[in-house]
Amino acid sequence: MALALGRPKASANLKRRRETRFAWLLILPTVLFVGVFTAAPIVGSFILSFFSYSVISPARWVGLANYRALLHDSNAQHAFVVTFILTAGIVIAQVVVGLGLAVAVQRRMNWARSIFRSAFFVPLLVSGASISIVFSYIFDPVFGVVNYYLHLLGLPQVPWLNSSWGALLTIIIVVTWQQLGFTFIVFSAALGAVPKELIEAARTDGAGGWRIFRKITVPMISPSILFTVTVGVISALQLFDQPYVLTSGGPGYSTETVVLDMYQQAFQNLRFGYASSISVILFIVVLIATYLQFRISRKWVFYS
Amino acid sequence: MSQQPVQPALAVTTRYQQRSQAARTAAAQRGRQRTRRPQLRRGGRVIEIVLLSAAAILVVAPIYWTIVTSLRTPAQSFTNPPDWIPTHPMWSNYSAVFQSVPFWDFLLSSFLVTGFIVLGQMVTSCLAGYAFARLQFRGREPLFWAVLATMMVPIQATIIPVFLLIKQFGLINTRTGLILPVVGTAFGTFLMRQYFLQMPRELGEAATVDGATQWQVFYKVYARLAGPPLATLAVLAFAAYWNEFFRPLIFLSTPSKFTLPLGLVTLQGYLGTGSVSVVLAGVILSLIPTLIVFLVAQRRLVEGLTFGSVKG
Repeated sequence: MALALGRPKASANLKRRRETRFAWLLILPTVLFVGVFTAAPIVGSFILSFFSYSVISPARWVGLANYRALLHDSNAQHAFVVTFILTAGIVIAQVVVGLGLAVAVQRRMNWARSIFRSAFFVPLLVSGASISIVFSYIFDPVFGVVNYYLHLLGLPQVPWLNSSWGALLTIIIVVTWQQLGFTFIVFSAALGAVPKELIEAARTDGAGGWRIFRKITVPMISPSILFTVTVGVISALQLFDQPYVLTSGGPGYSTETVVLDMYQQAFQNLRFGYASSISVILFIVVLIATYLQFRISRKWVFYS
Repeated sequence: MSQQPVQPALAVTTRYQQRSQAARTAAAQRGRQRTRRPQLRRGGRVIEIVLLSAAAILVVAPIYWTIVTSLRTPAQSFTNPPDWIPTHPMWSNYSAVFQSVPFWDFLLSSFLVTGFIVLGQMVTSCLAGYAFARLQFRGREPLFWAVLATMMVPIQATIIPVFLLIKQFGLINTRTGLILPVVGTAFGTFLMRQYFLQMPRELGEAATVDGATQWQVFYKVYARLAGPPLATLAVLAFAAYWNEFFRPLIFLSTPSKFTLPLGLVTLQGYLGTGSVSVVLAGVILSLIPTLIVFLVAQRRLVEGLTFGSVKG
């Protein structure tokens, strides 16, 4: 202590240097792993997209040829359309249903709330791939239990997995079923934080339930809506497990998502360069979607 | 969760403390609310409860169907209506899973891969989170934001170079090759940093005055108190990687190394429609570990999932 007081500047310098060294030691593993396996590969994908590469023969520079081919690849374009349709369906369904359930549960007693919460939560814990096996049986158009009960109720049979709209709908239902717990939990937390005084005040002013919901609840929880929509869009754009197991992209190409297409191009056709150009475009789409949502959100998201 | 269902992304500056604060106020309000519940008309309430229960039943039904169907004789497994209350449960379907496919191998693989990933992520993000929150060094902010930015990168955008890299290392078709690329985590680092940020500086200063080294301040003071966010991270990582399908599908080719989801999807192919019940028994078995984690750490899971959802 006495020594330190004697030479304050030198000791401060030494201390700072030691702290820097220690800090670098601590962040080294994270920086190394994230750098090698995420940051560098994203650059790698970009570079690879200018090459023709099939592992067997050495990579060959082809300039923009992969991207030009992509412009004429009706399969790939169709995959983007399919992915957008699925994304829209899944995100709308999981936000609307999740919010509806969260509002309904909010008014229940504590014990009832925890039961419902656990029920909505369980699907979140299941592997998307394994549960898709289950759903392929449940939604089987001939033997499936869903069509069996539709028939019992006198409703028309739905060609779940053997028509293109049926297959899309099945995937939307399965993914929504799985993600419901997430939106539900986020909305429950947000609803719990809405000041009760605001709602009481509106009620005494004579506002009805729907109006309170639209004019007070929704604006108050708008950050959570933005959050669930953003996370939902990002994850739905990357959809792979469910279509892979449920339909393998079929019937025909009707549920072939971008990632499924990319997977087949890379790991089945060994067109690594071309597949990289698809993944680069997907990455750009994800970035644009995220940016747009934050831009638009400035208009309607309310931060107290 | 493949699409890492449980991977809340996004850099919204949030504080752990504020979140739990919000939760506490919410709890207090709930308590109050019970005493003066708004007088909804009875009819409306009954309809609401019926709809809510119907929704809950619909959500749970596929899993319940899986359980009861996994207990039917293979010949009957596709007969409708389902045996909603199993009359003659065929427990032998569960032992058949182990006989017809290398289920023990799948199980071992899943535990090894998930275990090491979880452990690795806890260690790396605890270290880095502490450094980014509590230590002064040049380039701290840009470096932190650079790490955080990688959270925006979908794994599909990096999978081809990562695959080629792992192949280059000679680690393709090994469990190590599956573990290594995800040991570092931007999300975990962010989570830990937020937690360390809200811990009082005085704790470390007091220890320093008492003569503790930098490592001791970190290890004996701060890390000891970081149990809650580490548990949250562990639970989230466990759920995500236990259920992962995309990377195992690409990286692994020997069935004995398959993780559970990959093994089950392949098992379905081997067995055909003849023994649906056996496949379903496998699905149920693979669900048990995550279910246990959920029961033990429900609160942590909820905390992790909503992390970043409330702007603080």
